[in-house]
Amino acid sequence: MSVDKATVAKIASLARIRMDDEALERMVPELNGILQWVEQLGEVDVTGIEPMAAVIPNTLRLRDDVVDADPLTGGGKQGDVLANAPAAEHGFFGVPKVIE
Amino acid sequence: MTDLTSLGVKEIRDGVAQGDFTAREVAESFNAAVAGAAALNAFIVTTPDHALAAADKVDAARAAGEALGKMAGVPIGMKDLFATHGVQTTAASHILEGFTPRYESTVSQKLWDAGAGMLGKLNLDQFAMGSSNETSYFGNVSSPWRKAGSNQPMSPGGSSGGSSSAVAARIAPAATGTDTGGSIRQPAAFTGICGIKPTYGRCSRWGIVAFASSLDQAGPMARSVEDCAIMLGAMAGFDPKDATSLQMDVPDWEAELNSDLRGKKVGIPREYRMEGTDQAILDSWEQGKAWLRDAGAEIVDVSLPHTKYALPAYYIVAPAEASSNLARYDGVRYGLRDLPEGVGLQDMYAATRAAGFGDEVKRRILIGTYVLSAGFYDAYYTQAQKVRALVARDFARAFAECDVILAPTTPTASFPLGSMNEDPLTMYLNDVFAVPASLAGLPAMSVPATINADGLPLGLQIVGRPFDEQGVLNAGLAIQQRASFTAKPEKWW
Repeated sequence: MSVDKATVAKIASLARIRMDDEALERMVPELNGILQWVEQLGEVDVTGIEPMAAVIPNTLRLRDDVVDADPLTGGGKQGDVLANAPAAEHGFFGVPKVIE
Repeated sequence: MTDLTSLGVKEIRDGVAQGDFTAREVAESFNAAVAGAAALNAFIVTTPDHALAAADKVDAARAAGEALGKMAGVPIGMKDLFATHGVQTTAASHILEGFTPRYESTVSQKLWDAGAGMLGKLNLDQFAMGSSNETSYFGNVSSPWRKAGSNQPMSPGGSSGGSSSAVAARIAPAATGTDTGGSIRQPAAFTGICGIKPTYGRCSRWGIVAFASSLDQAGPMARSVEDCAIMLGAMAGFDPKDATSLQMDVPDWEAELNSDLRGKKVGIPREYRMEGTDQAILDSWEQGKAWLRDAGAEIVDVSLPHTKYALPAYYIVAPAEASSNLARYDGVRYGLRDLPEGVGLQDMYAATRAAGFGDEVKRRILIGTYVLSAGFYDAYYTQAQKVRALVARDFARAFAECDVILAPTTPTASFPLGSMNEDPLTMYLNDVFAVPASLAGLPAMSVPATINADGLPLGLQIVGRPFDEQGVLNAGLAIQQRASFTAKPEKWW
């Protein structure tokens, strides 16, 4: 499979990366080179093989069901949470108007 | 007095404990070495005060007769992928420029608790995506090594290129690295140092900027196997804040080091004899077999039939996870915001990410987005995950016949900066020997073996069973003792 400029534009839009025409033109052959190279995976017989998501078998743990089980990630951290925000206003993250 | 910057982790820790020199003297020496090595561009920010404060704490503890930590008095470099409290953490990206965490990563905290101090935050490939340290927003890192008779700047490898450059240049005795598909081992091989990626889950990922979460692992980079064993011991351990953290005891790797390999079997994977591998690399592999045989091991042939498919599978799995992980950079909660006049939220996201990510990062996000998109998910992503299962099964079968696997770390020695930028694929191929162990989550180490005709270092790789870092370190030690690798870069910076 290969991608054309319209497809790359669609992917870039899904990925929320603005790309102008020139950037799209440049990206098309690069992505196609990579995609053609990974096509070889199609040769592999994977009959009966389960897809591997976790390499070391592990079970998800539950933390204790208490308030502030980990004080670092518990509540009361508004100042820390907002400290690096590009626009923090009135104790919230500021964003441009969403509803017209 | 000896030049303190020539010392490694063990020598510094033991010297401080014995009172041969103070931790402050060590920190001052390395701070000066770091300040004098700006030409390497190994550090994004330096933190001399952090190193001094940690050193003073160690000196005071020693004076008070208190027990000292595993890394007491050792100043290290911290890859700028680890969140450090109050110190800018960028992943070498523009989008995180200025980001100053209000928390400390688990691994860095454990190192400070063990008595280490921080010389600064080390440069890397942007978001750890790269194999040459040429994708950083903060400029290329230069290797301290150069080809004999040449002034051409060489790649320190990547993504942990600031780490490898600093340790090889003796401006840090050791540094943290992270390895997603070879990012500790390949730079270690390129610069004549040691580096180990432990079993997936040994080191907590909490507070490490995420690239591909099912693959990312932290590990130490230093100039000897012993130093790696010490530092890994300080970095590893269960962390409830990381859902994939291994809930098991951390062995005392340093105490158990033993290069007597009698009764051990070393597997040589026949599929690793690939076209395009330098003859000098193949020769060093033969030499490595002879060294391990000399240490008492039996050399056996093993087969890893899906080796050739590991790299393409990696270049689906890793970008897929990256595209998901990097969705968090949206210009809202931290980092860069690009808000063109009069645009709405969606356009702000797109403008911010266009301005904040470099080309290689964008390329991988786009690949990842594509292979996860409706209609292509099964053909690409599910297929890659199945191939990953086969790569892991190959290793499991091979380890029925051997204890560790010996292979080259890279198909070539270091290359000049700027020489591999034509086609992203040629760069990806440099990780062909490193990626399979990453996909299988196995402990793997690079140890310097020799130098080639150009005077550049070559590394050998040892891969072990899950949780058997000890077996990997022991085989590494056997190679180190026989390779007697003493070459070091001539100072030009």
